[in-house]
Amino acid sequence: MTSRQFRRLATRVGFWVLVAVVLIYAIFPFYYAVITSLKPSSELFTVSYWLDSLDVSNYVTIFSQGSFVRAIFNSILVSISVVAIALLLGVTASYALGRVRFRGRTTVMLVILGVSMFPQVAVLSGLFEVIRGLGLYNNPAGLILSYTIFTLPFTVWVLTTFMKQLPMELEEAAIMDGATPWVTITKVFLPLMWPAMATTGLLAFIAAWNEFLFALTFTLTDSQRTVPVAIALISGGSQHELPWGPIMAASVTVTVPLVILVMIFQRRIVSGLTAGAVKG
Amino acid sequence: MTTTTTLPRAPERARPYRGTKVRRQRVRAAWTFLAPMLITLALVAGWPLLRTFYFSLTDGTLSTLGDASFIGLENYLVYDNGAWYGLLTDPLWWRSVWNTVFFAVVSVSLEAVFGVIVALILNAEFRGRMLVRAAVLIPWAIPTIVSAKMWAWMLNDQFGIINHLLMALGLIDSPIAWTASATYSMWAVIMVDVWKTIPFVALLALAAMQMLPRDCYEAAEVDGIHPIKVFFKVTLPLITPALMVAVIFRMLDALRVFDVIYVLTSNASNTMTMSIYARQQLVEFQDVGYGSAASTLLFLIIALATVAYLYVGRKQLQLGGD
Repeated sequence: MTSRQFRRLATRVGFWVLVAVVLIYAIFPFYYAVITSLKPSSELFTVSYWLDSLDVSNYVTIFSQGSFVRAIFNSILVSISVVAIALLLGVTASYALGRVRFRGRTTVMLVILGVSMFPQVAVLSGLFEVIRGLGLYNNPAGLILSYTIFTLPFTVWVLTTFMKQLPMELEEAAIMDGATPWVTITKVFLPLMWPAMATTGLLAFIAAWNEFLFALTFTLTDSQRTVPVAIALISGGSQHELPWGPIMAASVTVTVPLVILVMIFQRRIVSGLTAGAVKG
Repeated sequence: MTTTTTLPRAPERARPYRGTKVRRQRVRAAWTFLAPMLITLALVAGWPLLRTFYFSLTDGTLSTLGDASFIGLENYLVYDNGAWYGLLTDPLWWRSVWNTVFFAVVSVSLEAVFGVIVALILNAEFRGRMLVRAAVLIPWAIPTIVSAKMWAWMLNDQFGIINHLLMALGLIDSPIAWTASATYSMWAVIMVDVWKTIPFVALLALAAMQMLPRDCYEAAEVDGIHPIKVFFKVTLPLITPALMVAVIFRMLDALRVFDVIYVLTSNASNTMTMSIYARQQLVEFQDVGYGSAASTLLFLIIALATVAYLYVGRKQLQLGGD
């Protein structure tokens, strides 16, 4: 073997080692959560890297608690409603911002960009007052309303980017045929927008599903909580007796749907994340 | 989430309609379509922000929000009986400002370095590349609360796998209390945040790399230039604009960090950030006036960072000739 061949071999081996390190780093914590959740509580405190036997008692524990099932239901309700509202308001607004030239357009875009930078804590006390004033405290509807603060700017921005890439001729033809803007949106643009809407909708869903600060602050009772809060508040007798088995079971339960979604839609998600940021 | 440095422009060809009936109809429709979104944003963002500013000038508490009385800047700074009081004199507040800045700078730098490395790997052509890319996305898909809990378990001082592994390798003699110790808790938090957000930076860097012209690389290969030199002389300068966008985004995100720290270390002062401090005052101590003052300062700091970002972003784009 010549030294040149050896160098090439070494580079290849080095590369695959690097790939393996990245893979283990990315996957191991989740893998470890899964095997922890499938251990009986007696085996929890001996460290092992794989599973000798399967035990679903942790899952039985969390699903027999009504509050966790209720939290999953709340999370689904909140996330889907947030996506629906963000897409409805986002598509109409992005038509205005992406297809029509008018005075104040740049200002509106800057306002949206500004809102997307808001730290959530900065609006916490004001939003608390609004939500209590509307009678939505400790109610999923209050969360749905408050989540629009981070889903709406993002949705509008990305949909506007997609909307302005659609060919002008389509719209000109619609105008020639006497279509009103509303008809143009629903009959001409909407069928073309589905991929973009799926992407932004998915990202909005993930953001809403994962939100913690508002959910923690604007709900009070177990029956109104969303999943992240429910998991964060699972506690045992003391700080040192956290029931790690059930916590991991709950964590895996709420993460598996997301991981599957991400695997299926990874191309869409990547294009959504990069749509605004790179192409400009 | 993501947004852009430049404002998208409306199609140029809309111009000929100026002043016509169709154009007037379109502009009216545009504002009608914008109204619901603008009203919603005003309700959940604009108005609450103004109220927070106002509360910061009152002595309101959570139960007496309605009849809080105006006390000027006393929440920020007040001279009373020969001593200064208020947020600006609170060492814990300055501690949390420092913690936040430290957290943001260190974690975003690490994310940028590792993000680019991961992007370079994903940019190479090899079998199973799509599978690796999907796997790399997993940390990003996991809810922050869940990833914090997962790592809290792995970092557990008595039964955690990290201590077990480090002791088996002989790197440490006795278990480390990662999330409780003053020395390690900040690094534990940074480690979790870096793990979770590398995918985001990596994907943006990868997208930028895939748009680079191939001929540069072919020329470099013909000239026999070492790949590491090619990276620093060609790839890195060309992906810098996209990387800057990712970095500044992450920076703005890191400055308002709340959930990962709240779950891992609760309200411990070693890792207390501005968001944690403000929420503790607002909700746990129910001192809306004082908490709002902290929120207002946090908002001002992030607003300054945003303005700097827009300014730098515009400069960068002009320099890049885009």
